[in-house]
Amino acid sequence: MNFHSIPLAIIGALAAGPALAQGEVNVYTYREAKLVAPLFAAFTNDTGIKVNVISASSGLEQRIKTEGANSPADVLLTVDISRLEDAVANGITAPLNSKIVEQVVPAAYRDPEGHWSAVAMRARIVYASKARVQQSSMTYEELADPKWKGKICIRSGQHMYNNALFAAMIVKHGEAKAEAWLKGLKANLAQKPSGGDRETARDIAAGKCDLGVANTYYWALMNDQEAERKPWAEATKVILPSFQGGGTHVNVSGVALIKTAPNKANGMKFIEWMVSPAAQQMHADATYEYPMRAGVSINKTIASYGELKRDPMPLSQIAANRKKASAMVDKVGFDN
Amino acid sequence: MTAAALPSAPRGGRLRRVSHPVAIAILFGVAALVVAPLVSLLLIALIGDTELWPHLARYVLPNAAFNTLALLGGVASIAAVAGVGTAWIVTAYEFPGRSVFVWLLPLPLAFPTYIVAYVYVDILDGFGPVQTALRALFGFQSAADYWFPNVRSLGGAILVMGFVLYPYVYLATRAMFQTQSATLIEMARSLGASRWPLARDITLPLARPAIAAGLALALLEALNDIGASEYLGVQTLTLSIFSTWLNRSSLPGAAQIACVMLIAIAGLIALERYGRRRQAFTGIDRHPGIARRIALQGSKRWLAAAACITPVALGFLIPLAFLAHQAILRSMVRGFDPQLLLHTTNTVLIAACATVLTLALGFGVAFALRLVRRRYAQACVFIAGLGYAVPGTVLALGLLSPLVAIDEAFNWMTRAAAGINVGLVLAGSSAAVMIAYAVRFLAIATGFAQSGLARISSELDDAARTAGSRPSAVVWSIQLPLMRPALWGAALLIFVDCLKELPATLLLRPLNVETLSTYIYQFATRGSFEEGALAALIIVLVGIFPVIRMVRHADEALLGAATPARAWSA
Repeated sequence: MNFHSIPLAIIGALAAGPALAQGEVNVYTYREAKLVAPLFAAFTNDTGIKVNVISASSGLEQRIKTEGANSPADVLLTVDISRLEDAVANGITAPLNSKIVEQVVPAAYRDPEGHWSAVAMRARIVYASKARVQQSSMTYEELADPKWKGKICIRSGQHMYNNALFAAMIVKHGEAKAEAWLKGLKANLAQKPSGGDRETARDIAAGKCDLGVANTYYWALMNDQEAERKPWAEATKVILPSFQGGGTHVNVSGVALIKTAPNKANGMKFIEWMVSPAAQQMHADATYEYPMRAGVSINKTIASYGELKRDPMPLSQIAANRKKASAMVDKVGFDN
Repeated sequence: MTAAALPSAPRGGRLRRVSHPVAIAILFGVAALVVAPLVSLLLIALIGDTELWPHLARYVLPNAAFNTLALLGGVASIAAVAGVGTAWIVTAYEFPGRSVFVWLLPLPLAFPTYIVAYVYVDILDGFGPVQTALRALFGFQSAADYWFPNVRSLGGAILVMGFVLYPYVYLATRAMFQTQSATLIEMARSLGASRWPLARDITLPLARPAIAAGLALALLEALNDIGASEYLGVQTLTLSIFSTWLNRSSLPGAAQIACVMLIAIAGLIALERYGRRRQAFTGIDRHPGIARRIALQGSKRWLAAAACITPVALGFLIPLAFLAHQAILRSMVRGFDPQLLLHTTNTVLIAACATVLTLALGFGVAFALRLVRRRYAQACVFIAGLGYAVPGTVLALGLLSPLVAIDEAFNWMTRAAAGINVGLVLAGSSAAVMIAYAVRFLAIATGFAQSGLARISSELDDAARTAGSRPSAVVWSIQLPLMRPALWGAALLIFVDCLKELPATLLLRPLNVETLSTYIYQFATRGSFEEGALAALIIVLVGIFPVIRMVRHADEALLGAATPARAWSA
């Protein structure tokens, strides 16, 4: 049967260009292609290096690892600290050894061994009903206070953003206290964890709950860019909570250089470009994240939340505790 | 596995000890293709220790198993009632709109399940149009003032999946109703059998294999779902595979759960087959033809129409209207994304190639099984269907290793021969995605092929062989033409499934390639799936034409094929 020759012909047409060609960088990313496309276009514009992309939601570390020596991957661009740590644990990364990165990015937001670096930050914060919540500041610990019984909404406890927050709670207070806190938070939930961070705002706006836990950029996106969701933003206000005696929990978007990268030099150019003033400004404006580089201005809407006082906890400590946090979510039946 | 109308090999008679090397090679080759990713999954599972299991057994599995069983039970009930009920109504009765319902009823298939979940949350949640209207109507201040069922719940997930997945049952059952024993039904009717006894004693028992096959497809699809369950907050076993993998960084642990699930599923399918091993529907194929439809009168006409419009509206029309509305709103604000044209071309090309590949492999094994009637041959066909029982991402992870191994061998050869490295020819191209689709959807092809073959009398083969035809000539000139309805049915389901496949596509596609479903997904992960509304509509539009074509073609082919088949077997 000549069925088999048809796919082969089309594979040729669809396959990516030769990965070894000059002037390219191959980026495997967990970020949404549309969101980072302007960044890639600007990089190409500045350097003449073409960016090829694969975006996925999970499994890229495994893919790169399995592809082995022939993998076209040069750079892994992720959200969340857990993915960066997984990449290192899978042995697919190479140390960055970049003076530029070390100058721009504070040590707490880089791998102590130099295998990854943050390129932008987001904080996990509280959205609150304008009408029903008076206070304008709070602690994460307070989320477990019985006064909020039946009043809090949140997405799945196994979602990586929540996992990192819970892991930070373990770092702050130890496992036993963190578990008691998580039980308290569970007891305060208005409904089973579901949906995403936007649904949390929607549920507050609809009156299902008074408080919700969400990332910084969602509120700004709904307020600035999504006319049909603007009412959800208008019904809620943003509170930047802090740990007792600490600051606000921050997570990152980050990069790692792949050990087997066929275009290593271009990969490094890409990584260093990502922390350049121009790219950092794009992060602030296009993805509504906090830039890593000092002196780059924060987006106006994000700045309106108030000054972000980052908790000094190194990300590597959060990463080290996230498996415990995940087990704890199961143990207290947080998602059940 | 999910073989409709099983080709329980005719008992007694013809003992032939001719060896068919090509057929045997096809059987083992296709089984190996499916076994390869499963073995690599097993190897991943084996390198891990079992330290996670006490925790899983205590805190995760009881709840996840309960949710999964409840979800499957609920989806099975809805899919069976909606699928079998509507298939029977449109086959047996004449009523207003029947000819439209015939092709409208399968259309929910074109929607990715998770998209429908998003749509219903938008429509029915606290801030959606329904509750907003209720509040305005009754003067409530907030959603806390009254009770309203929460879509983000187990019940919501059951309803959404039930009304999206019932077409699997509808398609399988309708094909069976159409071809089964028109004579038997007419005879029973003329003897005065009323409707219910007719259904209970004749129609339903005869349709059981088809219902089981359709339900198996629907339930495996529900079991594979991640997007909808996660969004609706239902902790299923499949989701627990993902938390184990991603949050505990334990791919081995996740592979272990996946392997246990696979064994359970394979066991259930084998049990179901064993349960009906003695049912042979010989004679059915002799008198294909559609039983006369009874024209309904009075209010019954409208009841029949209402019974058909309900699943179509819930599973198709309402989500379609919602997405169309969103697509129009967005394209007015942001304009049309020109890249969508490219993504559509990619999607259709990949899906079409994968469909051809899957059909060739699936029908290949079915033909081979007909020649090689041995236990091991049946085992090969059973194995070929197992890909459908593995969640897409897990299958993709398992498939990577064998593909890269082939690529490395190939690179070794090109280095030896020409001193060049060609890179990842399979794993780094769209071939990986197509092979993943083929492994995943082979069950559909083998199922349709076997049920199609079962209707062709083996006396026909024998007659041709006696007259000196080679086995391949029998396949090309007799069996394939007679199996056109089965071929079309399988082609449609596989094509539409490929169009909307997400998890394997997401993980395996090459650099710079987006399909429509990965394009939609990027918006969904960011929490604004409506921006992908236009892409979702394109999937549906691309899917509609094959559905209509198949429904029409199957009907024609059925009527057309009946005569020569009878002539041959007489």
